[in-house]
Amino acid sequence: MLKSKTFLKKTRSGRVLKVVREHYLRDDIWCGSELCVECRQESPPPPVLQRDACRESSLCASRHYIIPDTNVVLHQIDILEDPLINNVIILQTVLQEVRHRSAPIYKRIKDVIHNASKHFYTFTNEHHRETFIEREQGESANDRNDRAIRTAARWYSEHLKKAPDGEELQVILLTDDKGNREKAEGCGVIAYKCEEYIKSLIGSPELMDRLALCTDDANEITSSKILFPEHLPLSRIQAGIKSGTFLQGVFRASRDNYLEATVFVQGDGDDGTEILIQGLQNLNRAVHQDLVAVELLPRNLWVTPSSVVLVDEGPKGDEDGDGDEEEQKMLKCDASESMLKPTGKIVGIIKRNWRPFCGMLSRSEIKEATRHLFTPADRRIPRIRIETRQASALMGQRIMVAIDGWPKSSRYPNGHFVRSLGSAGDKETETEVLLLEHDVPHQPFSQAVLSFLPKMPWAIAEEKHDHFLRHICIELVDPPGCTDIDDALHCRDLGNGNLEVGVHIADVSHFIRPGNTLDQEAASRGTTVYLCEKRIDMVPELLSSNLCSLRCNVDRLAFSCIWEMNHNAEIISTRFTKSVINSKASLTYAEAQLRIDDTNMNDDVTRSLRGLNALAKILKKRRIDKGALTLSSPEVRFHMDSETHDPIDLQAKELKETNSLVEEFMLLANISVAQKIYDEFSECALLRKHPAPPPSNYDILSKAAKAKGLVIRTDSAKALADSLDMAQVEGFSYFNTLLRILGTRCMMQAVYFCSGMDSDFHHYGLASPIYTHFTSPIRRYADIIVHRLLAVAIGADCTYSDLMDKHKQAALCNNLNYRHKMAQYAQRASVAFHTQLFFKSRGIQNEDGYILFVRKNAIIVLIPKFGLEGTVFFENKEKRGPRLLFDEEIPGVSMSPPEMEPEAKRVKLI
Amino acid sequence: MAGLELLSDQGYRLDGRKPSELRKVQARMGIFTRADGSAYIEQGNTKALAVVYGPHEVRGSRSKTLHDRAVINCQYSMATFSTAERKRRPHGDRKSSEMSLHLKQTFEAAILTQLYPRSQIDIYVKILQSDGGNYSACVNAATLAVIDAGIPIRDYVCACSAGFVEDTPLVDLCHAEETGSGTAVALALLPRGGQIALLQMDARLHQDHLDPVMEAAMTACRSLGQVLDGVVRQHLQEVSILTGE
Repeated sequence: MLKSKTFLKKTRSGRVLKVVREHYLRDDIWCGSELCVECRQESPPPPVLQRDACRESSLCASRHYIIPDTNVVLHQIDILEDPLINNVIILQTVLQEVRHRSAPIYKRIKDVIHNASKHFYTFTNEHHRETFIEREQGESANDRNDRAIRTAARWYSEHLKKAPDGEELQVILLTDDKGNREKAEGCGVIAYKCEEYIKSLIGSPELMDRLALCTDDANEITSSKILFPEHLPLSRIQAGIKSGTFLQGVFRASRDNYLEATVFVQGDGDDGTEILIQGLQNLNRAVHQDLVAVELLPRNLWVTPSSVVLVDEGPKGDEDGDGDEEEQKMLKCDASESMLKPTGKIVGIIKRNWRPFCGMLSRSEIKEATRHLFTPADRRIPRIRIETRQASALMGQRIMVAIDGWPKSSRYPNGHFVRSLGSAGDKETETEVLLLEHDVPHQPFSQAVLSFLPKMPWAIAEEKHDHFLRHICIELVDPPGCTDIDDALHCRDLGNGNLEVGVHIADVSHFIRPGNTLDQEAASRGTTVYLCEKRIDMVPELLSSNLCSLRCNVDRLAFSCIWEMNHNAEIISTRFTKSVINSKASLTYAEAQLRIDDTNMNDDVTRSLRGLNALAKILKKRRIDKGALTLSSPEVRFHMDSETHDPIDLQAKELKETNSLVEEFMLLANISVAQKIYDEFSECALLRKHPAPPPSNYDILSKAAKAKGLVIRTDSAKALADSLDMAQVEGFSYFNTLLRILGTRCMMQAVYFCSGMDSDFHHYGLASPIYTHFTSPIRRYADIIVHRLLAVAIGADCTYSDLMDKHKQAALCNNLNYRHKMAQYAQRASVAFHTQLFFKSRGIQNEDGYILFVRKNAIIVLIPKFGLEGTVFFENKEKRGPRLLFDEEIPGVSMSPPEMEPEAKRVKLI
Repeated sequence: MAGLELLSDQGYRLDGRKPSELRKVQARMGIFTRADGSAYIEQGNTKALAVVYGPHEVRGSRSKTLHDRAVINCQYSMATFSTAERKRRPHGDRKSSEMSLHLKQTFEAAILTQLYPRSQIDIYVKILQSDGGNYSACVNAATLAVIDAGIPIRDYVCACSAGFVEDTPLVDLCHAEETGSGTAVALALLPRGGQIALLQMDARLHQDHLDPVMEAAMTACRSLGQVLDGVVRQHLQEVSILTGE
């Protein structure tokens, strides 16, 4: 049957168009039930909905299928994801509305649908002859969709009645909309409220806690006092943004101060401005990462970012404490005109960016209460009020909670319990928490992924490879015991006065073929994440630790970059080739250093090492002369107990000459490869850039230097590098390192990008005009893509479509950048956690520390021995500290700071 | 939310078709009596009219005359009311001239031109309503008109467009799919021999995907061929009843 859809549409230029679309209504759409005999198709897929769709419910004794409406899917996705809920029919109308309203939930519901054990069936009701309905005169789109859902539900119940022994099978519509429910019952469909239905399920009371609170419930919870201004409707926000009265940006809460946040407004091109938001009223219920609309305040109300550290202490006494006002006062500080930042207030939320949050339950003081506050692990997220009956069981556990809404009369958002992760402080649980918080995919590899691994025992098919570079390689391993070795080096004299230097990288792209599940999984993971006691692999272990690991004395496939160089480290020619290598020695950095230094050793390996070392020194000098930066960050390494994996000692990382030897050649290989792939594929080369930071980023650095009477020039990378070298303070040798640590924080993030989508390729930190990642394909997906590009460029492999599609590449780059950032954060969090574990067993210790920043009521202290950074408050609740004079210009406090040894640890443990 | 979902997970397209299904085709032949041959075709919401004159003497400049075969003259135009926004210039723009050229090439390959040396065949096509696949509708209409004019032709020329969305080839694209999917291939086929009269692709498509897309387009052309064949037979039947033969 043919129908045509006609609707009017406004074009971007403001003209009104009449769009006519055809719509074919079908009679061959299958209902998906195992019972049905009527609508079998030729070659039917296995039925999705089971014959025995059994859940024991006091409301509905017989077998039944569930049809949720759009709002139920949007709000109760946690319930739908629960393994107890199965045999659900998701209508196309619902799916489309969800897609339109919330991308993350759309993704989640699709994942559920794809999970075969959940028995979720998508019924294409909009294309079905009997369930399609037309919008009636004067009917709103929402009402039409509700009607479509009811029509489909009715069709299902009638359709299934016709099936043999389908009599007792019921179809239940779940809707929270009262009107919709009444109308549904009016036309003979069984409809329940979601809450009602979940409550009726026998044998699964824990599902109740996962139920999201709906809006009418929320009113009961809180007092009627209105705390926040109303959010504007989307239409007015859009009008405001268009006319320029409002600005649209991403809300970023401050880590240190819960009453302060910035909104990052993307300007034209790359630059953006930050708008300061201060005070609970102005923050107006925005949560970190939301897309919000901001209105700028008049200039006389502009303020400076406060330098107070404020942690939301939660309710003191009654629910919505007066403590807030006191703290709000603390923000105020008189400052000079020049320090004022554009300040604004949030007028509306364009898009929430809520995800489930990990954290701890803080139990209500009233024993029988079912409403409790939840404290997220991420300090930028406000506390969340949840309702649960199992509070006593959840105490001391790490739990996950999702936000449902934030009514304007409530101090905190309302949420619901999702699941428990395990007891707090437990190493497994904490690792799980930090992986989840940083969105690191860490499930074991699925069977589908593993099926693409080569079958063992595996050997190199000899005839295919023409380049054998056996017997000439050295490899360097760091740390001792590392199993995923992805690089090897060699150097030999060519006899014509020149040297041949080769960098050999594991040929991972030989094993991971484009497009298969293994490849997709690796692309989505993006990088291997190294935690203190654990490694979350990007590719399965068989590859990472065996077949792609260039272990010594075995044949391995490699991708080699070979230069001919003279003794001044000038490149005469470069060539790339796939090869088979057989590494002769596996050395740690320390062992390599010993060999270089030991004049008695004169074998091949040692001579080769010395050659490399000499070249590396020249390369490094040349690079630094060009303005490459050496910055520093406090890095520590734990010595783990081999049995319990508890940290037993920790020390700062040491760098040896050989570290920089390897690094130099890796950099050189990366640059050579970047140049090659860019020459070959100017539109779709995957490169890495490091943009120069805007001058304002250097403020903290120059201020810190000024405190010691030094000047840091930041006009170019070269000037910065030089002035950092010059910045020495007599008798305070660590000062230079401190400056370099601060310098690191001024930098922008280096990012991957696709050459066809950008014009600025410069790598600021390395002072290289072009750069990419080629040298670690085992642990970075970007390198695999670069390998593939290079393989195509030298004719060693064939191309495929996604490789040449710059939009797909750009999307891939976004994911990789995100994963890399998250992996870094996860790594840091893991170090922080292990530091805490370490101190837990240690008790109070005295160590020297340096002050990094000074805030109005606190200082931030770095203890170099442990690489630990912590906040030390000057005053506690009980005892007031000495009066301090605070100078905004040069952060400094004119008094003798209190002894800070034990504090650092305590503060960190909060 | 970004864009339209051109192909759902359940394998249905925007308008409820499956990837390999054509739109509804309706056609009539011999609609104008004054012309030598004429036909009207509807492929979904795309509607086209084709009129054929000839073979006749070469008009205009004699220099165009070919001594071994007929000259084919094609003119393509779109009605001002054929698109959602009124068209300013119904014919003679760059796109129309290109389309005219393509039609000419297609029919030079199909019509037995060597039977009519030193003569000319005119094919005029007009798009009355446009909803994607203009070229294919024109070719299909023109084939029927040429047959209606009684000009000997090697085979039906059937044309169909195809695109590639989410690793699946879609055939007979509607306007939304044509603009949304990126790559569209137009293919004109002589179904009996399987010769390709014209293949046109404007955007980029990876080599690996070209074969499945072509295969899908050719299958679609073959089924269109059957539909056209049905239309011709039906028309003949009606005509023979009228003339009492």
